[in-house]
Amino acid sequence: MKNSLQSKIENWLDERYDLSPIRKLITHKKVPLHKHSVWYYMGGAALFLFIIQVITGTMLLLYYKPGEESAYESVRFIITKVKFGWLIRNVHSWSANLMVFFVFLHMFSVFFMKAYKKPRELTWVTGFLLLGIAMGFGFSGYLLPWNELAFFATKVGTDIVGVIPIVGEEIKLMLRGGEDVTGATLSRFFGIHVAVMPAIFMMILGLHLFFVQKQGMHEPEGFSKLPDEKKKYIPFFPNFMLKDATLWLVIFALLSFLALYFPWELGPKADPFLPAPEGIKPEWYFLFTFQTLKYLPSHVLFMDGELFGILFFNVAGLIWMLIPFLAIKDRPGWKIQPMTVIGILVLIFMIAMTVLGFIT
Amino acid sequence: MALSRKKFLDILIGLGGFGSLAAFTYPIFSYLRPLPSTEAKVNTVKAGTASGFPPNSSQIIKFGRKPVILIKSESGEFSALEATCTHLDCIVQYKKDTKQILCACHNGIYDISGQNLSGPPPKPLQAYSVKVIDDEIVITTIVT
Repeated sequence: MKNSLQSKIENWLDERYDLSPIRKLITHKKVPLHKHSVWYYMGGAALFLFIIQVITGTMLLLYYKPGEESAYESVRFIITKVKFGWLIRNVHSWSANLMVFFVFLHMFSVFFMKAYKKPRELTWVTGFLLLGIAMGFGFSGYLLPWNELAFFATKVGTDIVGVIPIVGEEIKLMLRGGEDVTGATLSRFFGIHVAVMPAIFMMILGLHLFFVQKQGMHEPEGFSKLPDEKKKYIPFFPNFMLKDATLWLVIFALLSFLALYFPWELGPKADPFLPAPEGIKPEWYFLFTFQTLKYLPSHVLFMDGELFGILFFNVAGLIWMLIPFLAIKDRPGWKIQPMTVIGILVLIFMIAMTVLGFIT
Repeated sequence: MALSRKKFLDILIGLGGFGSLAAFTYPIFSYLRPLPSTEAKVNTVKAGTASGFPPNSSQIIKFGRKPVILIKSESGEFSALEATCTHLDCIVQYKKDTKQILCACHNGIYDISGQNLSGPPPKPLQAYSVKVIDDEIVITTIVT
């Protein structure tokens, strides 16, 4: 009954819009089976968490009131008075963190499997942009409860932008909506977080997913060199998608556990006339940059230490984004390829700085 | 060299396109640029009584929209410094145990006169003049 109704609708649409290209796009993709196949699931996990972000974010919007005198109070209202408000906020905060985590995992797995290589250069670039926006989402959303930690994180984060030569001060002024971090900054961050970023994110995400669907899954070198009869695949739809859904359920269970047992603290309200509390730290995904800035002396070469640090991270980020276009060729005799070495060094640096940031 | 009709039109349309783009972006950027503050500039602030201020302690004072840290040393001398760290804009604090000023965001250390001692701060904290008139603490901007 249901199937016949489904096919009737499908036929009705097909007759008018010719669904064969869409059908082909969905069914043509197959997923290679090998020892590294598990990494294929990371992007889907990040996508699932993004969907949760959109749903819980929209729900929070119904009660949240931006403004120096209302933001903190409205978040407190959400978590103390609104039924299950605490749960929605906890899920939103935790899924944001998990999303960034899975995006990082996805990026490094793509890197080490060398899936960024021709013809998937733009999939890599759009993916990197999505990571950048995801971190921007984290940064802008962090301020919205207008608590002490958020206030200083935003002060530091926007001041960093001001360090950029020539245009930095102007961008900082526009981001803050004035000289200092005030209610004007909160309004701007709110607009950026709920309107500007979702719009840009959705467009780039659409492109990213289209590229993946169009080009199919990347096959690692070891797999693609196998004789055809030894290559094993499963269809993307529905087999892989169902496996994806299973992982989504596991992540959902983990998310529920974290949201229930590790509530996201609100902390004290922001006060521009109180000193930054000792031990203040940014979100874990900014910790490696934070820790590096801590170690830099006040002057490096001919410039301020902070300017050096910020230029370093920006240039490094740009190079990382353009990696598919950089001609570091594989060396046939080498056990570990140069790009893999670079990736390992980057990963070690990021993990070491993050751990140091946590323990010091 | 004669300019072809097509080339001429291309240039004309291109110029028009740039003109339109500028006409769109200028109001957008102007809109995004915050208005300059209309608040009156504060030059002097009274910060309570000197006798009521315990030695080896500090307080953050509102100097207009700016935070200023007022410190009374163990010997009873006052100093007032801009409380915004010269590194990345956090608000500093006075540490009673080390008798130094700390910025907790990136571990920047200044001495009691505002001189940057260690950590990332590139410049000293700007100093203010402090006078005690009839037991009342008066903080004033130093005109350079």
